[in-house]
Parts: sequence; C-alpha cells; structure tokens
Amino acid sequence: MSENKLKVSSSPHIRSKMTSGNIMLMVTIALLPSAIFGVWNFGLSALIMLISTVVAAVLTEYIYEKLMHKKVTVGDFSAVVTGLLLGLNMPPTAPWWMGALGSVFGILVVKQLFGGLGQNFMNPALGARCFLLLSFTGPMTSFIYDGVTGPTPLAYVKEGAMDQIDTMNMLIGTIPGTIGETSVIAIIIGAIFLILMGVIDLRIPGTYIVTFVIFVGIFGHVAHPEIGFFDPQYITAHLCGGGLMLGAWFMATDYVTSPITPKGQYVYGIVLGILTGLFRIFGGSAEGVSYAIIISNLLVPLIEKVTLPKPFGKGGEK
Amino acid sequence: MNSCGERLKNGIIDENPIFVLLLGMCPTLAVTTSAMNGIGMGLSTTAVLVMSNMLISMLRKIIPDSVRMPAFIVVVASFVTIVDFLMEGFTPSLYDSLGIYIPLIVVNCIILGRAESYASKNPVLPSIFDGLGMGLGFTVALIAIGLVREIIGAGQAFGYQILPLADEAAGTGGYVPVTVFILAPGAFLVLAVLAAIQNKVKINMEKKGKDASKIQSGCGSDCATCGGCGASAGKGKE
Repeated sequence: MSENKLKVSSSPHIRSKMTSGNIMLMVTIALLPSAIFGVWNFGLSALIMLISTVVAAVLTEYIYEKLMHKKVTVGDFSAVVTGLLLGLNMPPTAPWWMGALGSVFGILVVKQLFGGLGQNFMNPALGARCFLLLSFTGPMTSFIYDGVTGPTPLAYVKEGAMDQIDTMNMLIGTIPGTIGETSVIAIIIGAIFLILMGVIDLRIPGTYIVTFVIFVGIFGHVAHPEIGFFDPQYITAHLCGGGLMLGAWFMATDYVTSPITPKGQYVYGIVLGILTGLFRIFGGSAEGVSYAIIISNLLVPLIEKVTLPKPFGKGGEK
Repeated sequence: MNSCGERLKNGIIDENPIFVLLLGMCPTLAVTTSAMNGIGMGLSTTAVLVMSNMLISMLRKIIPDSVRMPAFIVVVASFVTIVDFLMEGFTPSLYDSLGIYIPLIVVNCIILGRAESYASKNPVLPSIFDGLGMGLGFTVALIAIGLVREIIGAGQAFGYQILPLADEAAGTGGYVPVTVFILAPGAFLVLAVLAAIQNKVKINMEKKGKDASKIQSGCGSDCATCGGCGASAGKGKE
C-alpha cells in the first residue's frame, strides 16, 4: 500500500525557494529608492536614461538568445538589474543612446559571449560603464546640476578643498553626480532591504568600507598634509561621495563576480578597499570605484583558489 | 602542393597568419589603429618576408641544422634594417606612427615561422610565393582590423572623414566616435569578432564542401562539370 508514497530521487532533497529570478527581483526592488530619488533629483532626462538602459539590456538579451537558439532567460530579471545598474551609473545629462549602447555592450560582450548569467567574468554593468567612460570621456564626466556645470564633491575632496563640501547634501543626495550614486540614504535603504531578505551579507561591503576608511584615513594625510590622520569630515566626504556606496552594496556583492568562500569574501573586500583608495587618492581621476571593482572581479578565481575550504576529513595532521 | 598560386591562396585564406594561425599578434594589436597603418605594417612585413624566404631557401642546403635559428635571425635582421632605413627616409610620417614595431619585425613569429616551416625545406620559387601569400594575408588582415577600428573609433577610412562628426558647438548632429575602438581594448574586440566571423565562414564552407563531395561521389568518375565542387571538396578534406 505504501509504495505510492515512497519517492526515490537523487540529491539535492531540500531545495531553497530562492531562485535566481527571486534574487534579481529583490535587487531590482532594492535599487528602486535610488532610481526614484535620481529621477526626482535630476528630472526627466534621468528617467529617459534609466528606461533606455533597461529596455536595451532586456532586448539585447532576448534577441541574442533567440538568434542563438538558447533558452530565453529574460524572465530572471538579471538583464533588468544590469540595465538599471548601468543607468544609475550614467550622468543624467548624457544622451540616451549612449546608455543604450552601453547596455548592448554589457549584455552582449561582457555577459552573453562568455556564456550568459553565471559565466560572466566581470560585472556587465561596470564593464559597460568603463567601455562608455573610455569611449565618451567628455559626456560621461561632465556633471550639470541645477543648470550649472561643476565638479562633483569628490573632485573637491581629491584636491583637498574641504571648505567646498557640504556633507549633509552628500548624504541626502542633492549634489551633482551620476543618477543613482548621489543619495547615500536611498542606497542604504535598498541595502538594508537586501540584508533583511538575506540576499547579501555584510562580509564584502563591510570589509570593503572598513578597509577603505583605514586606507583613506592614513593616506589622505599623506596626500594632503593639512588634513589630519583620520579626519572625520574628510572620511565622511569620501564615503558619501562618488559611487562607493552604490558599488559596495550593489555591484561588489554581485554573486557571479564575487568569491563564494567566506574567507575569499574578506580578501576580496580588502582588495577592493585598497584599490579604491589608491585610485581615488593617487590616481588620475577623482573616482575609482568602477575600475577597482572590475580589477577585483578579475582576481576572484585566484582568490577562490587560494581560500578553498577543506572538506571535512581532509587535511588534518601530517 | 608547391604550385605558386596555391601558396598565395594558402597564405591569404586557408592559413591566414592573423585569423587562422594567430601569429604576429603584437604588431596586429598595436598598429591597427588605422587602415593606413595596417597597409604600412603589412607591406613592410611582406617585403621582409619575401626576401628572407628567398634567401633562406637559397641557403637551405648550406645552413647547418644546429645553428639554423641564429642564421635565420641574421638574414631577417639584415632585411629589416634595410626596410627600416628605407621607411625612415621615404615615408617619415608612417615611420613615426609605426615606431618601434618596424625594428620588431625581426622577431615577428610569422617570418621566423615561415622560414622554419617552409622556406628551409622548399625550393626558391615556391618559398617566394609562400612569403608573398603570407605577407598579403597579414596585410589584408591588418587592413580589415584597421578599417573597422578606424570607422567605428574615428568615423574615418584611410584618413578620410566618411562619417560626419557631431559638432556640439555648432549644434549639428552626426556621428559620435566610439573612441575605445582606437584604444587598446578595441584591438582585442575587433580581432576576436573578425576571427570569429572568419571561422564561421570557414566552417560553413567546409560543410558545403562535404555536401559537394557527396554529390561528387554520386555522379561517379565523370566529374568534369563540377570542377568548382571538386575544389571546395578538396578544401573540406584538408
């Protein structure tokens, strides 16, 4: 009688309800506060940019997979996340086709040509951003806010001109910058949501930010002797300015391009913090988060190889 | 196998040094920022390749096997020096834009590779044509890469503006060059895409070649009419 109730199957027997689609959907939701704030802050051009990057990313993925007779994976929201992240990384004044071109590059070259989701060697959104940054340096680095073309607060920080900086505005986000990076509060809201839902944990962003603070605290003084060691205003300005928050919470934590071993995640965070500080303080331009994340992405296979945990029963006394 | 025409076709298509053998990557990636640079680099390499193949083929019975590499290098280096001085004298602007890559032809693996694998084992005339074919294949590939990079990266072809650029000051719309294509990453992207297209075409041709051979076996020994199929079938078998 009981034979109908016995099921014989191979492992895994316990499955999580989390799927790639669920996770990507939650990341999309977590990015919405930043996106909404960006649109409120910069107006219609920001909305057009976000729409064009998301639509271009999804369309590229769909068309490529149709043409290559692959399973169409548009439904898992990963292309939406890529498009949204790229849009949040674009200056609101850049023409919309630039964002769309970036999305096509990110999805087609960085993601699909390497095998699609799970196989990409670097974050597609950041790959696309660096592609655009190298191609269209002018439009990608000119920031117009309230009709005035001016340097971002981070550019003042770079020069050590601390009197130009209003930390409160940087926290809220009413400063020139890319669409999604300006408001620290909106990013933190999204990040808290992701942490509560168990999508990301604190290892990578925490190590990243702590390492960065230590690096900037020490070497900020080396670069600008008038600023003391661990000057609170200088460090806050560095943390709230530029893409550090967006990068640390949403891009460095990308599952595909970050280590899966816990030890490796700490190493990865430390590498990120040091590289970002290095680029920001001693590099040529004011911002260095995207390059730092991309370079660390490339190191991930090596980090994982070194920090591979020992299986139970292996190793021990020799 | 040794016919001169076959050597030319082999160098340009079947064993194109760039897209099939992937030799000589260093100048390929570095100098193909424009089609003009591609022509200059390609033709100077071709000149060295033809002459070194000829001389090495002539000397192939004299050069002892154990010291053949130094001997090849000496031959190649002498011709490179000649080309280097000629270009510095007669095409100074091209010489400036190619820079260090002219003297570096000495260590170009296409030249040493052809000397080692072909010229040192074959008579003079086929060796000359082998050098010519390989050199032209190299030139064609460099021009193709240079042209794509120049058009996308600057809107130009052979130095002429073919896509009118957008002028923000004058408010006129137009082409906005994707500068990354004349920077280093563009070289890798374009080379990879062109090599992929070339491979795809080759695979398709080989498939057709197999189909043709089936047809050929169907029509028996009397196959004078399908000479074209025979040629492509022969390619498929290679």
